[in-house]
Amino acid sequence: MSEKLYLYPQWIRVWHGINAILCLILILTGLSMQYSNPDTVVIIRFDIAVNLHNISGVMLSLSYFLFLIGNMIRPNGRHYKIVVKGFLKDLMKQFIYYAYGLFKGEKTPFPITKESKFNPLQRFTYIILMYFLVPAVILSGWVLIFPDFIQNNLFGQESIHLFDLFHLMTGFVISVFMIIHVYFCTLGKTALRNFRSIINGYHESQ
Amino acid sequence: MKEKLKTIIKMGLFLIPLLFFYLVLIAQNQEATSTFEYAEDNQQCLKCHGHTYYNYYNDWLERMIRERMNPYFIVDSAEYYEANHRNFACIDCHTSEYENFPHNGELRMEPKYACMDCHGGDDTYAKFNFEQIESEFYNSIHSSKHSDDFTCWMCHNPHSYKISARTNRHLNKTIQYDNNICLSCHADISKYQLLTTLENPNILETHSWLPNQVLHFQSVRCIECHTEINNYILVAHNVQAKDKAVQRCVECHSQNSILKETLYKYQNEGFSYSENRDRSLEIPKLIGGNRRYMLNLASVIIFILVLGGISIHAVLRIILKPR
Repeated sequence: MSEKLYLYPQWIRVWHGINAILCLILILTGLSMQYSNPDTVVIIRFDIAVNLHNISGVMLSLSYFLFLIGNMIRPNGRHYKIVVKGFLKDLMKQFIYYAYGLFKGEKTPFPITKESKFNPLQRFTYIILMYFLVPAVILSGWVLIFPDFIQNNLFGQESIHLFDLFHLMTGFVISVFMIIHVYFCTLGKTALRNFRSIINGYHESQ
Repeated sequence: MKEKLKTIIKMGLFLIPLLFFYLVLIAQNQEATSTFEYAEDNQQCLKCHGHTYYNYYNDWLERMIRERMNPYFIVDSAEYYEANHRNFACIDCHTSEYENFPHNGELRMEPKYACMDCHGGDDTYAKFNFEQIESEFYNSIHSSKHSDDFTCWMCHNPHSYKISARTNRHLNKTIQYDNNICLSCHADISKYQLLTTLENPNILETHSWLPNQVLHFQSVRCIECHTEINNYILVAHNVQAKDKAVQRCVECHSQNSILKETLYKYQNEGFSYSENRDRSLEIPKLIGGNRRYMLNLASVIIFILVLGGISIHAVLRIILKPR
């Protein structure tokens, strides 16, 4: 008999949805700008891509800010904390499960509970993503929107060039994360169950 | 006595470096002008035309008079001796009658040389392709709209113009120098209205559609968007009407950026024209143009590895699914 856990409150679901759409737009417009060509349109026309990218970037900043506030004042923030002692061991345990145990039908080493909705690998990845990579991509993005406000040279290089490179690389890592994230969501009891959870808020545990 | 000696030594310690500094300045100054063959002759003109004020003896009044120089007739001697024509005597281009003072009023009507009077048909300048530059200029909106009134001197002040694109190691300085040439008319109503009665459009307003306007103005020259590309001359001279200006961002912001045919077409040291120029020149540092081969390759490899890993994992899940 499966047990229903209410893991994703409304604000998380709304934020997650907006975040997903914005990230998708940012990736597509980012690719369009990076591989722009005067003769052929790559995904989205350059000038439209620039405007869409800027608008989505600003909205993502706002959405991220609300997420941070939400994590500070709501209990969701506790899922983004790590107890260092034994964490590496737990991380390995979860990794081995995904790489081996899963195929043998073993039970997940860290079942989802109301107190802990992320397994150690998720927890680690989401902390890196939400507290390091996303702020980094947002800040470097703002610098690229307002390049006149930064000093011209940084470490002997044109700073806009460095920020561009940094923004590009961070954006790429986030894009890769999104692909892996979507795939890992199919690792539920059925391929679509986790997607349903993030829409209705309920996680069905075994 | 001892106190006096101490004071003299102290004064000496203070004065000797000052004297040394003064001598260095004099030496530098002499070196700066003495290297030019006609510096001494030119000084006869520059002693008045090189300053905002000039002095002369008025025979009628029988005294020295100090007058303000017409600002349009002032030649900055420092600029002149850095300019392309620094090795010329003033009277190479102006009549020697100017050596008499007061100058005859009719001398103002003397016809001025045009660039091609010296630079045309001369093998010395063949590599600069002046004939092509002239023909491009005649096709330009500057020439077609203003006919003979618009001469080379409008942009290339013979007393201060110096080559920049080929010699400047810092691209930003070339950009600033070249843009200032355009702005000398397009941001100065008095010069602009020498040729037209129209009101000078405000550059900032007409370019308000341009994102990051300041950065664009600092990073590219006006001629990048406002001239037709010509591969046989270093700097395009066929200035186009405003409706023909480049307005599609992607013309520059792409790997096939037109900037490679304009701003980045030369190397700062030892320029080369399109037929033999080094096409491996650094790609413009701009979004869409600065794709780095190694990063592109790395990103494709990582992407393939991720997709491959996911595919293998998915297939194994299906094959090894516990019954």
